Amino acid sequence: MTKSLIIGISLIVWALVFVPQVMAQEEHPASLRGHKSIEDESSVPSMKKWAKDGEPIERDYVQQPPLIPHSIKGYKINVKFNKCLTCHSWANYKEAGATKVSQTHFSDREENVLANIAPRRYFCTQCHVPQANVKPLVENTFEPVKAIQHK
Amino acid sequence: MSTQNESNRKGWLGRFWESLKKPTAKYSLGTLLVAGFIFGILFWGGFNTAMEMTNNEAFCISCHEMRDNVYQEYKDTVHYSNRTGVRATCPDCHVPKEWVYKMVRKIQASNELYHKALGTIDTPEKFEAKRLELARHVWDAMKKTDSRECRNCHDFESMDYTEQGRRAVKQHEKGLNGDKTCIDCHKGIAHSLPAMYEEDPSAAVGE
Repeated sequence: MTKSLIIGISLIVWALVFVPQVMAQEEHPASLRGHKSIEDESSVPSMKKWAKDGEPIERDYVQQPPLIPHSIKGYKINVKFNKCLTCHSWANYKEAGATKVSQTHFSDREENVLANIAPRRYFCTQCHVPQANVKPLVENTFEPVKAIQHK
Repeated sequence: MSTQNESNRKGWLGRFWESLKKPTAKYSLGTLLVAGFIFGILFWGGFNTAMEMTNNEAFCISCHEMRDNVYQEYKDTVHYSNRTGVRATCPDCHVPKEWVYKMVRKIQASNELYHKALGTIDTPEKFEAKRLELARHVWDAMKKTDSRECRNCHDFESMDYTEQGRRAVKQHEKGLNGDKTCIDCHKGIAHSLPAMYEEDPSAAVGE
């Protein structure tokens, strides 16, 4: 009786102490530093550079926000001023030779057309992003539909 | 007798003027020349030293108005930190290099001392309210001088267009051939912009 009790308790203790450890070792995701102890130094990924100024980038799917084919380093978008609009606004795009903001950007969420860019579309970089030539983090085999593929 | 009475009547300023007009009987012309020469050097050296002391970044940011507002904004920009480590400090852009223009700017700066004493922009709120007006002063000055202070370093003649981006080449060619100057496009490159609604309503949301 006492013998089986001792065995039972030691089994439970073993299960409580060791099983979670083993499981934890198996389930631990690799941290961004890799499998390294805290004292070890990890290598720092290189800084990525924005792509140089280029021609407009073709879209890969319908309704895709066009990508920004130039660096936007130092460009500020705040309540007082929007650097993007100094070239892409309807008033400035011709002189700047830039793409003009789509007229969809003048509507609020009730579809009322406003006199200027709607505040909800004012923060360009929420949807439009510049590009850097880097290895994708995950593999991607996406192909545009035939109708918008470029010949 | 009569001359003494006369000079007594004139007071100390009058007497001083009288002594300036009369040739000295005590010192030789050589002594006067050498002394004048030495004092001239000392005066001019001291004058320039004092002016240079007021012409560096440490002096500019000794006022909290500059240190807490515009200086902090400038520290985020390419003129403060960049890949080659060349830095343009406050006076490089805000004080002319040529002596005559520099003196004019230094005399104008007495107005800034006056407003420092008044506390015109001694809080961030007061500064923000004045930002557009102050920015316009600088833009107007830059426009008038054809961005002279920019061109101390950035010269159209020395620009290699093949090294520039597609957009920059187009704009610079247009600017060089037209009547544009640096500040027409490059506003807000070293400090935050004011609310720009009045300058370009299409590039801001507010009114």
